[in-house]
Amino acid sequence: MQQDILIEARGLTRRYGPHIAVQGIDLTLRRGEILGLLGPNGAGKSTTMKMLTGNLAPSSGSVKINGIDMAAEPKKAKQALGYLPELPPVHPEVTVDEYLDFVAALHGVPKTTRKAAVAKAKQSCGLNEMSRRLIGNLSKGFQQRVGLAQAIVHQPPVIILDEPTVGLDPIQIREIRALISALAQNHSVILSSHILPEIQAVCSRVMIVHRGRVVFQDSMAAVTAQNASRLAAVFRNAPKTFTVPGIAGTQSLGEGRFVFTPDAGADPREALIAESVKQGWGLLELKTEGRTLEEIFVSLTSGETTEIKEAA
Amino acid sequence: MSALTAIARHEARRIFVSPLAWTVLAVIQFIMGLSFFLLLGEMVNNPGSLNQYSGVADYIGGGLFGFSAVLLLLIVPLMTMRLFAEDKKSGSLTLLTTAPASLTEIVLGKFLGLTVFFLAVLVPMALMPFSLMSGTDLDTGRIFAGLLGQLLLMLSFGAAGLFVSALTKEPVIAAVGGFGLLLVVWLLEAMAYGGGLFSELFRYLSLIGHFEKLRRGVFDTADVAYYLLFITFFLWLAVQRLDIERS
Repeated sequence: MQQDILIEARGLTRRYGPHIAVQGIDLTLRRGEILGLLGPNGAGKSTTMKMLTGNLAPSSGSVKINGIDMAAEPKKAKQALGYLPELPPVHPEVTVDEYLDFVAALHGVPKTTRKAAVAKAKQSCGLNEMSRRLIGNLSKGFQQRVGLAQAIVHQPPVIILDEPTVGLDPIQIREIRALISALAQNHSVILSSHILPEIQAVCSRVMIVHRGRVVFQDSMAAVTAQNASRLAAVFRNAPKTFTVPGIAGTQSLGEGRFVFTPDAGADPREALIAESVKQGWGLLELKTEGRTLEEIFVSLTSGETTEIKEAA
Repeated sequence: MSALTAIARHEARRIFVSPLAWTVLAVIQFIMGLSFFLLLGEMVNNPGSLNQYSGVADYIGGGLFGFSAVLLLLIVPLMTMRLFAEDKKSGSLTLLTTAPASLTEIVLGKFLGLTVFFLAVLVPMALMPFSLMSGTDLDTGRIFAGLLGQLLLMLSFGAAGLFVSALTKEPVIAAVGGFGLLLVVWLLEAMAYGGGLFSELFRYLSLIGHFEKLRRGVFDTADVAYYLLFITFFLWLAVQRLDIERS
């Protein structure tokens, strides 16, 4: 049966003795979505992922994968999952081919199609030349790719990746990002990271976790739309005061750099440019700028008390 | 069930690609070969020690298997130490726990993979006494009983070692702990000699008492059942242990 909602987690809580690692997290993943799980170190990202993949039993709350309850029917629920944990779960003493063949068999890929499945996963992860190498002899970046290949070899509808680009060089990071974007055409992906540009680059929805709670959740499009709320400009001969209609506030950053806050709903860019030409302010640069993901992240996770914000 | 066979095959492969397995096999065969040779020499020099109650099968087979039991006590913990401890340390156990396989399938799969290695220990060991068939009339029944005892003993050691390996992340601790556990169960026999209230119980629980009978060629279902229960108990404990880790 085709399900539109692939992961549905309700009220996930995990206690370690008196310490609460994750508290009441609700999470929904729809088909074709890439959900970015963002949070400072120790926020509960990995714990959440372990609970979603059935590696850790939640203290309370439930997880449904593809409509199947993880606690009631773990074997059936796990069939729909591919998981790359923080450390790639590879066996260093065997070759890439042997390892991937085993993983495919373990997930019930029939013998007749196993070779093709392994070949496809290797192709996707750029491992073709490493087929007969021992995993233990591969570099960290290639081991990470083997870990990724392991998560996708059985073509699961849901792929969960815990910090997939950690320890990779910039070129490899770009390749992995491209791969994740490609995967999203046929799979749904949950991706955790503390690298903001990464989330911004690949995710369609973002969720910020702090101290075991969800403190922010919105689609990437909405976050980008919010960004268009401020104007940053650089002038050669900046005046003392700007009298341009539609600008509510001005903030000087020095060396001719200014940030303008427009009136609600107004777009003062044209007026600003016209005024600049007329008065000879020497406008060098003008761009819209606003609350970036980074600012949202910092404001939500750096303070002692955090306000819980839930946007549409 | 396919997950079980996949795990078993892969574990056997992992064991046999490690130099440890081949080193262990080489050392066992060398020492067993040496003791076989010595036993043979001893028998040839004292033909009087053979009589109507004690034949070549007894002398050579029994002697050989008695000696190998001690050797296995030392060596099996080295083979079981990595089963779970190393996977936990490297994080690769997650692969199995995320896969659609139950904990029982994971434990049984690893145990079956280990069994393949035990068979590789057993076959050359069996060839030694059987090589005498060309020269003498051998009581094959006795040898087979001894080999069965040997296999059951190895599997029991293996199950206990596997359980200890599931307790820790450090393979070396698993080896030391496994060895300690086996030695204690072995030495229960000695505690039984002291008499007292539990001496019968201790005698029954001891690993080695049941092996003695099989070694001497006495096949008793009670002994076989003891080993099967022992194996099941420790594999069950390992499953419980892994389940605790999840919750």
